[in-house]
Amino acid sequence: MAANPMTQFEVYRIGPEIKLGAFDISFTNASLFMVISSLAILIIFNFGSKKNSILPNKIQLLAELSYTFVSKMISDTAGSKAKPYFSFIFSLFMFVLFCNMFGMIPYTFTVTSHIIVTFILAAFIFISVTIIGFVKHGFGYLRLFVPSGVPVVLLPLIVVIEIISYLSRPISLSVRLFANMMAGHTMMKVFGGFVISLGIIGGWLPLSFSVALTGLEILVAFLQAYVFAILTCIYLNDALNLHH
Amino acid sequence: MIKKIFFQLIFFNFFFFKEVFAAESGGMPQLNPEFWISQIFWLTLTFGTLYVILSKLILPKISANLELRKSQIQENIEAAEKQRENSETKLKEYEDIILKSKIKSKNIFKETREKIIKDINSKKDTLDKQINEEIKKTEQEIEILKKGASMKINKIAIEISSEMVRKFIGAEVNNSSISAMVDDLSKKNGDKYYGN
Repeated sequence: MAANPMTQFEVYRIGPEIKLGAFDISFTNASLFMVISSLAILIIFNFGSKKNSILPNKIQLLAELSYTFVSKMISDTAGSKAKPYFSFIFSLFMFVLFCNMFGMIPYTFTVTSHIIVTFILAAFIFISVTIIGFVKHGFGYLRLFVPSGVPVVLLPLIVVIEIISYLSRPISLSVRLFANMMAGHTMMKVFGGFVISLGIIGGWLPLSFSVALTGLEILVAFLQAYVFAILTCIYLNDALNLHH
Repeated sequence: MIKKIFFQLIFFNFFFFKEVFAAESGGMPQLNPEFWISQIFWLTLTFGTLYVILSKLILPKISANLELRKSQIQENIEAAEKQRENSETKLKEYEDIILKSKIKSKNIFKETREKIIKDINSKKDTLDKQINEEIKKTEQEIEILKKGASMKINKIAIEISSEMVRKFIGAEVNNSSISAMVDDLSKKNGDKYYGN
């Protein structure tokens, strides 16, 4: 089991099997880490917002810095019209970030390394953004597929490419996060396996790689959460401020 | 060397991957749909709860805290600005007062100096006048004394001469003849004796 780098992604039931109609909604290790991440976010931000002093303490500073970081990210990419969606993007960023970061602790489970999780998030974003676009602009939203300043001859081709790129957004968004998480964790597991198999004489090199990879993976965990949130902002920007 | 080993490791990594896929019946556990519904359900539940609690309870509080701090800091800055302006006007007033008092003191100094100089000059003038008068008076007195002195000396000379003649010769000599001689001599040598 230890030698297989893919076993870390296996989902297993914790506790009894729960059935909702025909569907199996048992509590699994994936569910456990979703709950842990959400609880951690709620606890940190609850403590960070409880007291209000002019000079904030560390946890309050953390909460407020995160707040201003996300709010600046949204206003920079999607403008002031995106303010009503701040809570959603904040929750999304924090959820993905905490899931990624909890996955960096040894023997934990990485929720975002499962394509179904990232795909559901991405699909929800895609559908919501499309609905927002059509609600705000009506059928004028379709002008998104017709960039300005393109020669008429090229238009049919460009429109097809634009539609394909628009439709592939949820796939690229979800696969980006999932693949990054899975590849990183698999790589770390493989290097960890090399440390064991090469023993005390040859194991130092893969161990040093493993150490370096841990740092890199922490960076990737943050970066992918940031990319996920900022791409959501960019899609939202397309829907809110239609450029044509 | 390290590079070579690194690339070798990566190569072995992929090699290993293939073995894993060969060994695993389903390949990646992510593609096993057994727990997909469960994951979707729990994701919706946890993320939904997280979103609701964050958006309804926590984020408004953080936003209010930030706003409050911002306004408080703004107020403090404004108060500080006001106080700075106040102190600046006070400083200006103070400087004005100092400038005025400087000018005033200069004026006072000037006036008193002029007054003193005037006083001194007038006193000097009167003193000079007095001194001149005194000098003139004494000069006149001296002049009178000088004039009187030659007569007295002549008289004394006559008396002494007559006395000497009487004692030496034992005869009375006419005073008038002696006085004529003295007059004659004093006229001749008067300048030498009195220094006129």
